[in-house]
Amino acid sequence: MQADQRHYGRRGFLLLVAGGLSSLAWAGPASRLLSPLTSAGSQLLGDLLPVGGWRIYTISGTMPLFDPSSWRLEIDGLVKHPHSLSYDELRALPKAEQISTFHCVTGWTVNNVHWAGVRFQQLFDLVQPLPSATAVRFVSAEHPYEDSLTLDQLRFPDAMLAYELGGEPLSRPHGAPARVVLPEMYGYKGVKWLTRMELVERQPEGYWEQNGYDQDAWVGRSNGYHS
Amino acid sequence: MATTPSVRRLSRFSRTERALHWVHASAFLVLLASGLCLYLPSLAELIGRRPLLKDIHVYTALAWLAALALVLLAGDRRRLLATAREIDSFDADDLAWLKRRRAPQGRFNAGQKINAIVTAALAVLFAVTGFFLWYGERNHAFRLQNALIVHDWLMYISFFLLLGHLYLSLIHPSTRHSLSAITRGWVREDWALRHHPKWVEQLRQRDVAR
Repeated sequence: MQADQRHYGRRGFLLLVAGGLSSLAWAGPASRLLSPLTSAGSQLLGDLLPVGGWRIYTISGTMPLFDPSSWRLEIDGLVKHPHSLSYDELRALPKAEQISTFHCVTGWTVNNVHWAGVRFQQLFDLVQPLPSATAVRFVSAEHPYEDSLTLDQLRFPDAMLAYELGGEPLSRPHGAPARVVLPEMYGYKGVKWLTRMELVERQPEGYWEQNGYDQDAWVGRSNGYHS
Repeated sequence: MATTPSVRRLSRFSRTERALHWVHASAFLVLLASGLCLYLPSLAELIGRRPLLKDIHVYTALAWLAALALVLLAGDRRRLLATAREIDSFDADDLAWLKRRRAPQGRFNAGQKINAIVTAALAVLFAVTGFFLWYGERNHAFRLQNALIVHDWLMYISFFLLLGHLYLSLIHPSTRHSLSAITRGWVREDWALRHHPKWVEQLRQRDVAR
């Protein structure tokens, strides 16, 4: 080997690997810092890239299709007056709006999400939960997805059954026509393609809870995260 | 057919080197395609089948690592080690080539060395972040908040690296003959003299020594 040969290759390799591994510590803050830039770039591409935006997670082969004429939201279980709401009936209830942050348990976040829908209290006023009811089991049209939240959690001021996102009716990937929103918890608690709300005495385990995820999915302090 | 003047063929990549390249390339393409279906919302809606694509992605990653290990176990390790040494060492000509692109180059030019080094680092980082993504879903002690973001960034970097690699190996007229080296193993001597004169010189000296 000649005298002027330098081992830049192994140095470069080790530096890249070390830099890459260290980014596991700083990539989140860095991407949040860059997100105004990257999400603007992504919007230029017609939201082709989910930079600073949504990723769509499903558990089955195809996403449920929403048919406004046949869709019903069943609200039953431990209630005085079970209801079966049509899409129009749901939209006729008093409308609430909010802007909140959406956190996914896998590590991505969408800021300033504009939701519109109904507060759960409106639905509870309709069906009159029995005193024994403590939680709601949310059932998705995407079988076998379901999850649950307690009545106390559903009375949070920013808990919502959303039917609009960004001023538009909820699209198919976002759970048309209605999904659960609770910004304090990770997104897996917010059942999409909702078809049934069953009021129950004890909170059952949902799809991801059966796979080892926490029942209470508080952002930053559940599922192995500590803030 | 008329006889053509015989052009000497120089053996550039051994079977082991080519096997390593194609294992890596084919696995990467499957991982990229399945990964994009998981990542891009438009594809997620169009194609769906997320559980299947997730399985394809994870099992391809396992097959990729197993195949790399197999090549290392069954292949010509001495040759691979010698290749690694070549890629590791940069001489004054390499540094000059990076600045002015005129200096004579060995079997790998400085750009190819950098490509190999970055690709190897990306492979390690993809494997590590991918492991945390896969295992963190099963055991929350292994859940790293930023693993997904880093995995995505690696995809963007490697995607553009791949585009450059494909341009130089398939399209750019003066470099695309190098495709012959990674498919058939050899390149024409006249081409090698233009692009890798120090390597040709080495081969000639070795022939004389024999």
